[in-house]
Amino acid sequence: MTDNTLPTCLIDGEEVPFTPGQTLIQAATAAGKYIPHLCWHPDFAAHGSCKICTVKADGRFGAACTIEARAGMTVENRTTELDDKRRTLLQLLFVEGNHFCPSCEKSGNCLLQATAYEVGMMSPHFDHFYPDRPVDASHPDVLLDFNRCIMCELCVRASRDVDGKNIFALSGRGIKSHLIVNSESGRIKDTDFSAGDRAAEVCPVGVILKKRVGFAVPIGGRKYDVSPVSAQVGAQAPTREEA
Amino acid sequence: MPATMTTTSALQSVLARQGHDGTRLMQILRETQEALGWLSPPVLTEIARDIGWPRARVESTAGFYSFFHTRPLGRYRVLWSDNITDRMLGNIDLMQAMCEKLWLEPGRVSEDGLVSVDTTSCTGMCDQGPALLVNYRAVTRMTPRRVEAMVDLIRAETPVAAWPAEWFAVEDNIRRKDILLGNALVPGEALAAALERGAAAMLDEIKRSGLRGRGGAGFGTGLKWEACRDAMGEAHYVICNADEGEPGTFKDRVLLTRYADLVFEGMTIAGHVVGAKKGLLYLRGEYRYLLEPLESVLAARRAAGLLGGNILGQPFDFDIEVHLGAGAYICGEESALIESLEGKPGRPRIRPPFPVTHGYLGQPTTVNNVETLAAACLVAKHGGEWYSKVGTTKSAGSKILSVSGDVERPGIYEYPFGVTVQQVLNDAGIEGCTQAVQVSGPSGVTLGQNELERRIAFEDIPTAGALMVFDCTRDMFEVARNFAHFFAHESCGFCTPCRVGTTVVARLMDKLATGHGSPYDIDEMFKMHRLMQGASHCGLGNSACNPMFDTLNKFRPAYERRLKSLDYEPAFDLDAALSQARQMTGRDDAAAHLANVEES
Ligand SMILES: Cc1cc2nc3c(=O)[nH]c(=O)nc-3n(C[C@H](O)[C@H](O)[C@H](O)COP(=O)(O)O)c2cc1C
Ligand code: SF4
Ligand code: SF4
Repeated sequence: MTDNTLPTCLIDGEEVPFTPGQTLIQAATAAGKYIPHLCWHPDFAAHGSCKICTVKADGRFGAACTIEARAGMTVENRTTELDDKRRTLLQLLFVEGNHFCPSCEKSGNCLLQATAYEVGMMSPHFDHFYPDRPVDASHPDVLLDFNRCIMCELCVRASRDVDGKNIFALSGRGIKSHLIVNSESGRIKDTDFSAGDRAAEVCPVGVILKKRVGFAVPIGGRKYDVSPVSAQVGAQAPTREEA
Repeated sequence: MPATMTTTSALQSVLARQGHDGTRLMQILRETQEALGWLSPPVLTEIARDIGWPRARVESTAGFYSFFHTRPLGRYRVLWSDNITDRMLGNIDLMQAMCEKLWLEPGRVSEDGLVSVDTTSCTGMCDQGPALLVNYRAVTRMTPRRVEAMVDLIRAETPVAAWPAEWFAVEDNIRRKDILLGNALVPGEALAAALERGAAAMLDEIKRSGLRGRGGAGFGTGLKWEACRDAMGEAHYVICNADEGEPGTFKDRVLLTRYADLVFEGMTIAGHVVGAKKGLLYLRGEYRYLLEPLESVLAARRAAGLLGGNILGQPFDFDIEVHLGAGAYICGEESALIESLEGKPGRPRIRPPFPVTHGYLGQPTTVNNVETLAAACLVAKHGGEWYSKVGTTKSAGSKILSVSGDVERPGIYEYPFGVTVQQVLNDAGIEGCTQAVQVSGPSGVTLGQNELERRIAFEDIPTAGALMVFDCTRDMFEVARNFAHFFAHESCGFCTPCRVGTTVVARLMDKLATGHGSPYDIDEMFKMHRLMQGASHCGLGNSACNPMFDTLNKFRPAYERRLKSLDYEPAFDLDAALSQARQMTGRDDAAAHLANVEES
């Protein structure tokens, strides 16, 4: 499949063609190669915050979603060293929030859970932080369960760049960072958010959930129950209908 | 709760003064809070409406900075500077005493909404601590008597403006001058020399001088100015980084107090070289008291034809504005600083592109430290050749150090680059033995006794200017623990490794401090260091584990003393958790304790 006219870089020893200006993760995805990631999404500008896509490009660590591919660049991706780091990063995300996968409606469709399986995360390892993050069930069609938020800002980007609404933003600093919505009451019902918004589809974990359609597909038959995330490169996050 | 009449008019005058401009949100929020006491939900709504921003974005900024509050925190807000040097001077006991006298817990607001007392990151008064901020005004040299008097004034609701002036006195403590602090330039002299040379020739002189950035990274100033000058854009900007947040650093404060003309003149010269019309000085919120003095220096310079249109009669227009930060160390990072200047939370941008091509408002921008810009005046006046002869080959010129901790004469010391740490200690005066020296703040290096002959220079020990000295009675574990909490408090929260990692590390240090640590936890610390150093988005996360790494390697016994056992120890103490049950059942016999049960 290598197009001779395109320059190539080397990811885990395999030649990957790229068009100039593409980032490593864009080039890899186009070539069907999996680089683990959470905050990156092909439809949105790179954000570079989760750091799960950390690779070693020409010997230097960096996020594959922000590094531009260069001809002859040698990239380490799924090495023991890097997957070790990814496992630790995932563990940090799990203990930072409140994730009880067995009771979560997103289980099986969740990119965080699927990525954790992918890199062999067996336990949260660190002591849980157990943050206090109240659920916002005020909206007629959508539930917000902030306990699971990983601060990827995909909803922020989708609402701002696609829906043109700016429903979401991150506020606070450091470990006190948290998602807020665009209303004086702080409640989602007082915004113009709608279940048809792109931002309602884009959350990689189980924060933004549509009401009354829960568990339509039973656990066991969901996106990442069927095959691992690394085997679904290029596939979009599942919409409710597909799931 | 509708905004009242007075609220509305106070807010409207702030908004009008700031031109209803969202990029000035930091200044809008600060001035509004100064007028109204806090930033209530309806006030944020009104600001958002006025500047035409989504409300969530306004709240996002208001919620990011430590000095903005979106809930009332008392008519008197007391924040104790909590750098390790303040701790060594007894700030915790003093704060405790203050809280007791006020019947208050740290971090809480008094029932009557009168006062709150808390800690804050280093306020840059390390040579005259213990320091605090009261309603964001700097107070130095706290004593038990001052605590008592302050409590009385708060109880009597005496306005801060009527408090004893000597409490707010900030000393310069300049102990050693070299080429920069000893300069004999009068305002306009360096600028005239620069204009006479012309922009291109002036740039050549800067390059020839070998001047490197004094903010820490040591990037060549000539290269930076050239890249900015060559970048295409609608406008070019000069930003002076006066965020000075690195604990233990206070040299920029002194430059801005005593040498403000030199700093503004350096900015003007930079503006001429890169082709900018506007300069911005980003002043850390802790130095709020310097705002009015700096603005009067600017006014004097305008009156003297050194700023504004046709500077010194030449076809060159340039003006400078001071913007205040609001308690966020990360805003010292240049791209976070720019975000803040645009009214946003201080989260570092993805780089590249770098500020020299895409900086303030997306335009070519040079961000330089206060000291770098002041030094540029010397180059303008005396030439690059002259400047490059001072210091070492790789580190031209002089460096200003802020010395604090266990020395007889804490304060400001300027040396040519290449001076040994021992020489600085000799000049500052040490009694007894020195155990360690922290150079360049928590994100710098911890030097042990056998490293004091090392030199301050980019090729040996680079530094942004802090030098904190610890004698042999100090507990280096507690030093590192203080730094760990600093980073956890100051992480911007953007990226996973630093946002969560700094808190994990601070908790590990606390676990060790309470005697529940094991060698396993020490391994964990090294693991976090390896993760955060490579994977973090910016310098804060990359260097946040440095103090643990250095002290673990050089002062291991300080840690080992605290290890409960050589095996794994959970953070959760089961026996302690049973203490409530023991209390309720009135039992305290041997069998009511877990360890004893296991043994029997
Ligand atoms: C977390 C962090 C904090 C920083 N704080 C400061 C600061 O307070 N003052 C400063 O001049 N540079 C600071 N820097 C460095 C700036 O990003 C930038 O390199 C510097 O302002 C450039 O000026 P210079 O070239 O004159 O050194 C900081 C960097 C990081 C990563
Ligand atoms: S709600 Fe979901 S999409 Fe939005 S920041 Fe949190 S995890 Fe990301
Ligand atoms: S390393 Fe820390 S301070 Fe820097 S971007 Fe990441 S979270 Fe923010």
